[in-house]
Amino acid sequence: MPSWPLNQWYVAAYSREITDGLLGRTICGEPLVFYRTSDGEVVALADRCVHRRYPLSLSHLKDDQIICGYHGFTYDRTGGCVAAPGQKRIPRTARVPAFEVREVDSLVWVWIGEQDRVDDALLPRAPWLDSPDYTTVRGMEPLQARYGLLVDNLMDLSHETYLHGGYIGTPEVAETPITTEVDEDARVVYVSRHMADAACPPFYARSTGIEGRITRWQDIEYHPPCLYLLHSRIAPVGVEPPADGPDDRAFHVEVVYAITPETEHSTHDFWMVARDFALEDQEVSDFLAENNRTVVLQDVVALDVLEQVVEGEKENYQELSINIDTGGLAARRLLAAMVKDGEEQPAPVTAR
Amino acid sequence: MTADLPAPERMLTGRTVYRVVWKLNTDVLVGYCWCGAPHESEDPIELWEWLLAHPDQHDDASGEGGSDAPAPSDQRELVSR
Repeated sequence: MPSWPLNQWYVAAYSREITDGLLGRTICGEPLVFYRTSDGEVVALADRCVHRRYPLSLSHLKDDQIICGYHGFTYDRTGGCVAAPGQKRIPRTARVPAFEVREVDSLVWVWIGEQDRVDDALLPRAPWLDSPDYTTVRGMEPLQARYGLLVDNLMDLSHETYLHGGYIGTPEVAETPITTEVDEDARVVYVSRHMADAACPPFYARSTGIEGRITRWQDIEYHPPCLYLLHSRIAPVGVEPPADGPDDRAFHVEVVYAITPETEHSTHDFWMVARDFALEDQEVSDFLAENNRTVVLQDVVALDVLEQVVEGEKENYQELSINIDTGGLAARRLLAAMVKDGEEQPAPVTAR
Repeated sequence: MTADLPAPERMLTGRTVYRVVWKLNTDVLVGYCWCGAPHESEDPIELWEWLLAHPDQHDDASGEGGSDAPAPSDQRELVSR
């Protein structure tokens, strides 16, 4: 069985990635092909022609239909075959699986599992990503590590002090205790670290213009398996949110990750940074995009190494958990419960 | 060190929220079951095991979730940001 939960939504792509061409991307071990129809709908099909398994993502899109680049089998948006080469009769089994997709908050989500069990209530939201009140920069880095290592990484921000010193890490991050909350019913983990008097890392000093020390809040909201939200509040020391009215003396940065398994040993690391200040300032956008990508790549290098270490040691390695791991342990446990739930269901729809 | 900070305000508002905070100026974690029963530990794994096992005792009047525990509404009604 896979290490990820089935019957869940996963981010497959950014909206802007899916245009009038064919995009091939493996999500949770499923090779998929995505395209946008002439009426704007996003389609996701299994990325294998039913005939000889040629990838449909390497084929041709015409009139909202995919024409296989090998022998010309033609599929409509439901995955049904509408033309076969050299004959009028279309085999009854000539169909590729279609996957449910939703496009919301500038993200394209795909339902991995039984397609008749799709549940829109399970779709987590990140509304600031396409809000006019925020400006967002984003990217995606391929990670040659299992998705659980990225979850571990993001749930414990203490590593910022050491792996990301000079960018987003300062001594206070690792030194400040965290509070952890878990809502069992809603399946969400919240990890909170509020620093009242902290150094301002260059990442925020350059983008906000704040000089001197800051009040720095980090509130993580993890909706397993895929969506990770880091609500970051930065303000001059002593500036607390008002009891009522807008928190307009603080800067807010919403860091979003979509943690999408590709295979058992690789992950799509979607990262986004939305801010509610300097909305039109391209220089700030460029700075945040470049610096955040640098930070993400620091994680990628570390986690790629860690994957090799973990894989090499198989079941024999020992690890130690301390107080900073309280939230990460909660995330692991929720994920394990969700994987178990998926195992209890019939096998998912897969390409034949 | 910033361990003298007040604990961050509560965030989640569900009816079955587990909460773990650090005891100020120590390495001790304090876990609260959603029924309000607390438990202290220096080991987060042991603490989670205790918390997750605790609901099994909710129907047991002699258990830690019994009359000695704070009223559930005092502990689990969380304030939104």
